[in-house]
Amino acid sequence: MSLLLMLLLVGGAIAWYSERFDKELPAKIAIVVLLMTIGFFAYLIRPVLGADSSVSDGLGFWLLVESHVWIPRFGITFSLAMDGMSLLLVGLTLLLGVVAVIASWSEIDMRAGFFHANLLWTLAGTVGVFLAVDLFLFFLFWEVMLVPMYLLIAIWGHEGRAKASMKFFIFTQSSGLLMLLAILTTAVAYVTATGEWSFSYMDWLDQPLTGPIATWVFVGFLLAFLVKLPAFPFHSWLPDAHTQAPTAGSVILAGVLLKTGAYGLLRFGVPLFPDAANTLSTPLLIIGVVGVLYGAVLAFGQRDFKRLVAYSSVSHMGFVLLGIFAWNTLAWSGAVLQMIAHGLSTAALFMIAGALQHRLHTRKLEAMGGLWRVMPRMGAMAMFFVIASVGMPGLGNFMAEFLILAGLFQAWPLLCAVAAIALVTGAAYGLSLLQQAFHGPVAEVNKSLPDLHWRDMLALGALVIGLLVLGLYPQPVIDLVMPTLNAISAMVGS
Amino acid sequence: MQLLLILVPTLPLLSATLLLLLGRNMPQRMVTALGVGSVGLAAAAVAVIARQWLMAPDPVTIVLWQWFAVQDFSVDISLHLDQLSIIWLCTITGIGFLIHLYSSEYMANDTDYSRYFAYLNLFVASMLILVLADNLLLLFLGWEGVGLCSYLLIGFWYADKANGAAARKAFLFTRAGDAVMALGLFLLVAEFNTLDIQQLVSSATDQWATGSLLPTLACALIFAGVVGKSAQLPLQTWLPDAMAGPTPVSALIHAATMVTAGIYLLTRLNGLYVLAPDVLWGVAVIGVITAVVAACAALAQNDIKRILAYSTISQLGYMFLALGIQAWEAGVMHMMTHAFFKALLFLAAGAVIECLHHEQDIRRMGGLRQRLPVPFWSFLIGSAALAALPFTAGFASKDLILLFAWEAGSGGVWLWSLAALGALITAIYSFKLIFVVFFGDLKTEPTHQPGWRMALPLGILGLFSIAGGLIVLPLDHIITIASGEPGHGLIAWISGAIPVLGVAIAYLLFQRGGIEHIGLIQSPFGRWLAGFWQGGWGMDTFYDVLIQRPYRALTHWWRNEPVDLLVAGVTSTATRIHSVLAATQNGSLGRYITVMVAGLILMLALLQGGVS
Amino acid sequence: MTTVQFVPLEHVLAIAGLLFAIGLLGLMLRRNIIFMLMALEVMLNSAALAFIAAGAYWGHADGQVMFLFILAIAAAEVSVGLGLVLQMRRQIGSLNMNVASRLRG
Repeated sequence: MSLLLMLLLVGGAIAWYSERFDKELPAKIAIVVLLMTIGFFAYLIRPVLGADSSVSDGLGFWLLVESHVWIPRFGITFSLAMDGMSLLLVGLTLLLGVVAVIASWSEIDMRAGFFHANLLWTLAGTVGVFLAVDLFLFFLFWEVMLVPMYLLIAIWGHEGRAKASMKFFIFTQSSGLLMLLAILTTAVAYVTATGEWSFSYMDWLDQPLTGPIATWVFVGFLLAFLVKLPAFPFHSWLPDAHTQAPTAGSVILAGVLLKTGAYGLLRFGVPLFPDAANTLSTPLLIIGVVGVLYGAVLAFGQRDFKRLVAYSSVSHMGFVLLGIFAWNTLAWSGAVLQMIAHGLSTAALFMIAGALQHRLHTRKLEAMGGLWRVMPRMGAMAMFFVIASVGMPGLGNFMAEFLILAGLFQAWPLLCAVAAIALVTGAAYGLSLLQQAFHGPVAEVNKSLPDLHWRDMLALGALVIGLLVLGLYPQPVIDLVMPTLNAISAMVGS
Repeated sequence: MQLLLILVPTLPLLSATLLLLLGRNMPQRMVTALGVGSVGLAAAAVAVIARQWLMAPDPVTIVLWQWFAVQDFSVDISLHLDQLSIIWLCTITGIGFLIHLYSSEYMANDTDYSRYFAYLNLFVASMLILVLADNLLLLFLGWEGVGLCSYLLIGFWYADKANGAAARKAFLFTRAGDAVMALGLFLLVAEFNTLDIQQLVSSATDQWATGSLLPTLACALIFAGVVGKSAQLPLQTWLPDAMAGPTPVSALIHAATMVTAGIYLLTRLNGLYVLAPDVLWGVAVIGVITAVVAACAALAQNDIKRILAYSTISQLGYMFLALGIQAWEAGVMHMMTHAFFKALLFLAAGAVIECLHHEQDIRRMGGLRQRLPVPFWSFLIGSAALAALPFTAGFASKDLILLFAWEAGSGGVWLWSLAALGALITAIYSFKLIFVVFFGDLKTEPTHQPGWRMALPLGILGLFSIAGGLIVLPLDHIITIASGEPGHGLIAWISGAIPVLGVAIAYLLFQRGGIEHIGLIQSPFGRWLAGFWQGGWGMDTFYDVLIQRPYRALTHWWRNEPVDLLVAGVTSTATRIHSVLAATQNGSLGRYITVMVAGLILMLALLQGGVS
Repeated sequence: MTTVQFVPLEHVLAIAGLLFAIGLLGLMLRRNIIFMLMALEVMLNSAALAFIAAGAYWGHADGQVMFLFILAIAAAEVSVGLGLVLQMRRQIGSLNMNVASRLRG
């Protein structure tokens, strides 16, 4: 598994170096590196997918485990492990990586090498976050994914990039420091309890933290994850960052980086501190519902294509928060599905937004309208992904939202009823987006825009298939994450 | 037979996919062959299935694959064929095929011909999935799917912003109902851990007492979705606006099939609904009020399609009245006959509109009886059936509903009176159409006659609109409590005579010009009432003021992210502190030294104090 | 080794303190950089005086060693300082310290 990370890191360096030879070379190298990584990833997971080895070989719900000594003085190890959930998310990361490279193929004409290097490094950081089971290593990757993303926004962003990237950095960094504090506190508590240093997730699970300190430590983790998710009052970095980021940045940010917050909650937050999480679940659910509705309301009011999609992310990720703290397996499986489905649909919408900006040189919805006539392929694709994110049955997002809400209803019927309002408000902003951009009369200046390139169609087509599979046959995905969710369920005793 | 059954929804779906992917590069003939042919084949398959099934009438269930399973809650993609679904199958594919055929002429000159057929095929596929679904989630898939296609087809001519607005309105209104309906599904999942319809109904019958809270709640929640989709009060306002779509679409989706999905769902779940008599009573009341309210609104319209739209709402009200008083067969029967004559009326109206260069205002029509004989005869038959004149299909079903209403317990008289009033108004407005459009002076000259592809569906539907009442619906396996036969007394004669009376009134008012001489109609109050009815009882204003404008104002107000004010507060505090502290760094060396010395002295003093 | 006390230590220290205070005040109050340099010299020399007096008092050579150090530092400081003064005169055209506060350092 560490080879996955090496491939991405080294690939990034090569891409950087290659920019002095040819302008398009870095993009080609990035694609090749990503495809190699995907190939290696497929090779890696091939044996564990078919055989039901997870139960037999004593790994619990882990499919693959790898560990190296790193800093033995403090019990810090370089250990990675993969279960169904991280497998899915790593797969999503790599797929969206390819999409991101394709999306920025003709967009980036300045320092393309450094751009692709940063892109690959962010992906490496994200993959690391999804695989690390040593909390120190986890924090390291958390930072590795943050800094290149900051550079992506700050260097290749749009007109307001300085402010947006700074906001992004400060939000995530300050909350990340709280997480570091929480990690260190837990480590010290572990030493006091056992006399040995360890940052290992598995060790910490065996020695759960209790008492009021657990609540504080949980809050430390929670804040970092809530900012990343992003949950309601901590979300305001996201619209700015998404809007200003280059297309590839938005795709990765929305598709993968937000998921690290939800992943962190499910992997670390809830199982390590079940009691604290359970006590705080009511306010967190309320935050989730508020986020769902607030995002939908604000999305409807936006006049900027990307900002609208960004707020829809706030709304959809609110569903993930609801799913996690609904506290049953039904909702958890929905939350995992939502992470993937939202990753696919939003990445596609950002890609379309980027393509529009590239052609129109604006993101303002007033400047669009009637574009279906000009670019039918793009119109049809936008229609599909808007419909998906609106929650049409048969597509991935519906599946996820159905499971989340059905799970939530069993515990909190009234809250579920409030959250269901989002099904209507969500449709309101989705259709309004379609109307403003692709329907209505077409402006004279827009009458000769080129339609999507076949490369883009290929990438979007892959996402379409992904959403259809998630919507009509999500069982393989559910089967993959079920052992993990059952294990979490056993840990928290729900 | 299993293969055939799977083919029924698959054929239109396949054709829709092909048309969406490749349609723009296909020659028009091929699009027609795909679009019309797929539905035609599906109709043929349904005919074969129906024939086989009549010989061995047992329910058939086909599990295609397991949709998903989380722990012990699992849902399959599975089809279920029984008496009820076969009725809908025949209606959908039969009328659907006729309307596809009609469309191939009606839309022939449209630039987006292939997109039109793609959407229409997708609609047929979704509708078939809806009625074949074995569980409520798959049904919900079809349910939302038809809503989506309705949205796409209402806004088909998207260059006009008004069409887009009408389409979004339709989608959002039905979605509002669907969101509540989804809550009903969640309730059922929480209680029974399954969404399989047969299992649900049987466990509900076992576990829930009649009239207790849970079944009432579940039925009421699901009915909210039905109210939205079938355009009943108070969510009916989207349907008149939905007429922005092409006319065959109005015929297929907004008259014959999609809007009757609610009837299907209630009948499908009748075993559940009999556990909630309060909800059923509410269904009946909403139905009958909708019937009268929409009939009044229809009377005041001038747009030929809006008249038919309001009349559809009104007729759907009759169906819900029937279901609410547990006359399930009568309700389903009226659904079927209504599908025939309303599709006929819409298609005939479409022919008139087509031949008059897209003129929809009936005040600019007139005297078309000899100029357009085919639409005229179709219209006459359709209006007669709509008004429920004796010896038409409409009479067979609507009369049944009136009689059942009369016998429906304590409030039956009231239900009957309202329903009878509605029937009278229905007869008046349907013949108002005939007299205004086809009699009198010629006002607009038709440019051409409808071709065979438009005339043939009209003829077939006309035939069914008369004889459709003779079809006997087999529903004995579906209905848990059969309703028996209504009595035949004086009330039967009165109920039968009402439409005739209505036609006579229409003749006096609109043919003899009586409308000019009645003071009440011409008085200020009469004019105000007509305007009020024409605006659909002010419901649009109601929603506009109560929901749309506050929501828009809210989004406008919050547009620039109020939460950012908090963040801005943090930054502005930091900036203020900065400006205070930065003042000390003014570059004046003398000041620095002074402060340094002062600090030194202070420290020494403190140190001294600490030592001593 | 016997030491002859001509002047008591306290007097010398008092003078050194006085000189230091004069230098400090000059540094604080003057704006002209040449005067500030001179004030600095006065302060350095006052410290040197104190070292000498203390060395003489204790009969130690350390005081004189420190004086040599101070002498060297003062010489270095003056050479750098005067170089800066020259540059300031050339670039800013004034010897007023407050004019040269662009860096706000």
